[in-house]
Amino acid sequence: MTPDLVGGLESPDYASHDRAAHEPYVAVFTEDVKRELDELLTRYPTKMAALLPALWIVQRERSWVSEEGMAEVAGLLDLTPAYVKGVVTFYTMYHQHPVGKYFIQVCTTSPCGICGAEDVVKAFLRHTKTGELGLTSPDGRYTVIEVECLGACGFATPVMVNEEFIESVTPDKVPELLARLA
Amino acid sequence: MGFPHHPHPRETTVLTKHFGEADARTLAGWKKRGGYKALEKALGMQPADIVNVVKESGLRGRGGAGFPTGMKWSFMKPGDGKPHYLCCNADESEPGTFKDRELMRWTPHALVEGCAIGAYAIGAETAYVYIRGEFTEPLHWMESAVKEAYAAGILGKNAMGSGKRIDVHVHKGAGAYICGEETALMESLEGRRGNPRIKPPFPAVSGVFGMPTTINNVETLIAAAPILLNGADWYKKMSLSSPKSTGTKLYSVCGNVQRPGTYEVVMGFPFKEFLYDLCGGPLHGRKFKAVIPGGASVPIQNMEEAEATLMDYEGFVAGGSMLGSGGVIVIDDAQPMVTVIARLARFFAHESCGQCTQCREGTAWTTKILERIRDGEGTVEDLDTLLDIGEQMTGKTICVLSDSCAVPVISGIKKFRGEFEALIQGKRFHPVTAAVA
Amino acid sequence: MAEKKMVNLTIEGRPVSVAEGTTILEAAKTAGILIPHYCYHPGLPIAGVCRMCLVEVEKAPKLAPSCATTVAEGQVVRVHSEKSLDARKGVLEMLLINHPLDCPICDQSGECELQDYTYQEGREDSRYREPKRFNPAEDFGGDVIYVPNRCILCTRCVRFMEDVAHDPALNVSERGDRALIGKFEGKDLTHPWAANVVDLCPVGALLSKDFLNKARAWELDRTASICPNCTQGCNVIMETRENQLVRMRPRPNENVNAFFMCDWGRLNYRWMNEKNRVEHPMVRARNGLAASSWEAAISAAARALNGKKAFVAASPMLSNESLFLLTELMQGGSGVFRVTEGDEAPLPGVEDLALRRERAANVYGAEKLGFKKTKDLLGGLGQGDVLVVAGEDLAGIDAAAVARAGDVIVIGSVLPEAAGKASVVLPIANYSEEEGTVTNLRGRVQRFTQAKQAPGETRPSWLVLGDLLGAMGKQTNFFLPSEVFAKLASSNTSFAGLSYDSLGFKGLPLLDAPPSGPKAPIAVAAT
Repeated sequence: MTPDLVGGLESPDYASHDRAAHEPYVAVFTEDVKRELDELLTRYPTKMAALLPALWIVQRERSWVSEEGMAEVAGLLDLTPAYVKGVVTFYTMYHQHPVGKYFIQVCTTSPCGICGAEDVVKAFLRHTKTGELGLTSPDGRYTVIEVECLGACGFATPVMVNEEFIESVTPDKVPELLARLA
Repeated sequence: MGFPHHPHPRETTVLTKHFGEADARTLAGWKKRGGYKALEKALGMQPADIVNVVKESGLRGRGGAGFPTGMKWSFMKPGDGKPHYLCCNADESEPGTFKDRELMRWTPHALVEGCAIGAYAIGAETAYVYIRGEFTEPLHWMESAVKEAYAAGILGKNAMGSGKRIDVHVHKGAGAYICGEETALMESLEGRRGNPRIKPPFPAVSGVFGMPTTINNVETLIAAAPILLNGADWYKKMSLSSPKSTGTKLYSVCGNVQRPGTYEVVMGFPFKEFLYDLCGGPLHGRKFKAVIPGGASVPIQNMEEAEATLMDYEGFVAGGSMLGSGGVIVIDDAQPMVTVIARLARFFAHESCGQCTQCREGTAWTTKILERIRDGEGTVEDLDTLLDIGEQMTGKTICVLSDSCAVPVISGIKKFRGEFEALIQGKRFHPVTAAVA
Repeated sequence: MAEKKMVNLTIEGRPVSVAEGTTILEAAKTAGILIPHYCYHPGLPIAGVCRMCLVEVEKAPKLAPSCATTVAEGQVVRVHSEKSLDARKGVLEMLLINHPLDCPICDQSGECELQDYTYQEGREDSRYREPKRFNPAEDFGGDVIYVPNRCILCTRCVRFMEDVAHDPALNVSERGDRALIGKFEGKDLTHPWAANVVDLCPVGALLSKDFLNKARAWELDRTASICPNCTQGCNVIMETRENQLVRMRPRPNENVNAFFMCDWGRLNYRWMNEKNRVEHPMVRARNGLAASSWEAAISAAARALNGKKAFVAASPMLSNESLFLLTELMQGGSGVFRVTEGDEAPLPGVEDLALRRERAANVYGAEKLGFKKTKDLLGGLGQGDVLVVAGEDLAGIDAAAVARAGDVIVIGSVLPEAAGKASVVLPIANYSEEEGTVTNLRGRVQRFTQAKQAPGETRPSWLVLGDLLGAMGKQTNFFLPSEVFAKLASSNTSFAGLSYDSLGFKGLPLLDAPPSGPKAPIAVAAT
């Protein structure tokens, strides 16, 4: 019995993936987004505690967290930009530079490693034509990286594409998976 | 056979009973399955009485430390005038472990209920569920369950009409295994880098936001509900061996095995039967070579040890390892142990927060040496160096990530030394003719 | 105030008795034992990350971080046991695996705690065979350069900026063995107290641009002094090489500056290396000022001053001793001083510590001794008065203003242009070349000592003034500045009871020192 709805959850629409890094920065926390942050702030006794959620909002809205994004969040939460940067660089899921439209993360930690994860990585590198881990493909569509244990070891090899979580990926399933991405 | 397969008759499905039932994830569906009866009962009890029931039951922390849960809850002093907090540790990142993910995406309301019970028992009005950022489905279903619970008045300032306030907030992590360490989780929740804190002070005295805090694993909190409904004795009776380990445990089985998945068995279950029968045994044409029974941080077992083990806290220790998180990584004779161990070391090096000298430098140094040995460029001195580094990394740091990195290295060299030496001697690993060291 | 409970324990065989709540590391200090450490600093919050201070505690299963563990009754602590030594050796080995072999080119060499402890108890060799981590050096702004390769991640700098400067401008970036100190692009380390991170850094990761490649630590002569650059009176060490001041660093004083000094003070030492010195006594002859002997110059000055009221324009950099002797010269006249001003810059994490507005060491001392602060230095100079210019360079003063004086005596390290008509010039040592005391804005009297030799025939200011007063018939017999101070203390009630011996090198407040908040002045025993 295969459970349904696995991996079928939609990622936010990273339309702004296509925007180049040198575009002038537009403030993220306006109107609705600002209200979202205000609601989040009611959940914690300190402003600082809303930092990780605020950074997630920046990444959702802009597809990555730029220095300007860090400075904007710092201003809203009464923190210094240096402090925010220290936090951003600690956590691996915040992108500090633009990545491909589809950010493909393949788990290769030992439990998946012994189930052929390396071959899945190779298949992705080949079929996306990125050729090298961490590089974005020339058409800007794909970036492939290895990540540490994704917590789905019994469903080797799990792969995340942006925020979509896909289980049981094998090398032969890779072309079909890539074709399914819009 | 364990989820996603059909339950094996020898499993005892208490927490996993409704895995795979899409309907169980909604409030209506969960209520049909008996949901929130335990919370209703709890809200009619005194918090101290709830703590006593949990103490009696023998429930121990299911995240890996195995600390008696009732005792942990009793550390929260009532009437101290300070806001108390409950944190649910849903940062599950220990390699080989994926049970909390299953619990959250199939029975999210069970966790909402468990958090509410736990919060009430420790005098907290606010519970944070810290879910790792990669857990897209659990995040979705937990947010959805919390929303439904608020809408139905189960959560909020008048939880189930009790007059008590219970708030549950989902907090998304951002990619750091170390945030599964309880003090690092609190740091991360506060909006800081996930650096573990020196103890003392302990969380029950000064935890998140400097206030008394209890941190519990997902499985632990979920277990509280059936314990309250069925009684401590019922839970204690579910044990085949020691009275010190009671109830059931979820095991995440992965690696080179026929039926990887989530299994729930009573404490004291024979490991040999578990591996060869419930999990289906090795893949076609292969033999089991090693097992890491409790996630990457526990010692590697050779098959002689594993097949003699009874699955509980004391049993795994007697079997040369530990129960840990219950993440069972099964390794067969096609896998070079050095490669497996090197990749585990790389994991720890990647996840080290970097505070303590021995961990920051030692995890990376260990990885580099192991990868050199793996690639055929090891030297005889390397093994002694690795053991030395491992000793320096043990018992000397703020948290045990450092010790955890040393564990597979030390147990690997001890039990599979032949594979290391063969590579150092320039021989190549052959899956077909691989023999246990 | 409630009595603190005392705890008794044994450290390395020595009995120790300290207040409850003291850490093992601090307790060990009282027994004369220094437990090696990096990240701990008494002026910063405890981090406990370097793991260097681990000690063996009898009956405890694990080694304890002594900087973060409080003492317990009956504890038996071993600092140099095999286990403790082995743990420290391990930390040192780990710190060195990625550390570059930079000693030959690193400024920290000779005053480097990694060198010191490795030499003391580290390994002789390295077992590391892998490539070392590399990051390029970074200009952090202000006076600070960061060399990541040498960094041991002790985080003292980060904690200083956050908890003491209250400006979290430095962070730890990345994690694991990729971690390094960082700042935000475009936000330089311009905090007025930022350069303290250079002192705090145990290794050569944070360096002073001002000091870069200037001198080797072992070439420096060091003397205890007081920073002359504002009225806070931070305790400092003056460091010279070949008779030039090359660096000033703070010296701890819990009553004045904790462990710190501001960047303005620290980097403003070059004026004490001034080159434009008068090096010989001069007396006006027919063709203008001519070099003279000390006796002749003193006699000439005494003749000019005898029986006349003197108007003394003094520098607030002069010591209490010199200012006191100058008052004796006034003979019914008056004394004034002016002081440059700048913006106050507090160090918020330390009580009552700031770069003060008034930028001279002895403003308070001058006022206490009867000199008036003024913005118009020569405004009070009467027609025909004898003008004594003491230590002042008269910058910005019109020669016309000086013209009102009947006579001008210059007692200084430079000959001011505006005082060109002086009849006598007595050359004196500057602040770094003599010994004395100054009084800070809280009335604390502190000793400063001689850091370098004065040039030519210049003499200490107190000696010159003592001789001058002697030549004017007043009783003086000063061979040491302490004797001048003793005379001051016996004739001025504010200074009563103080002596060089009692001042030591931490100083003492005047009896009538102004209150400075919760830190009440210590009562002075009358001698």
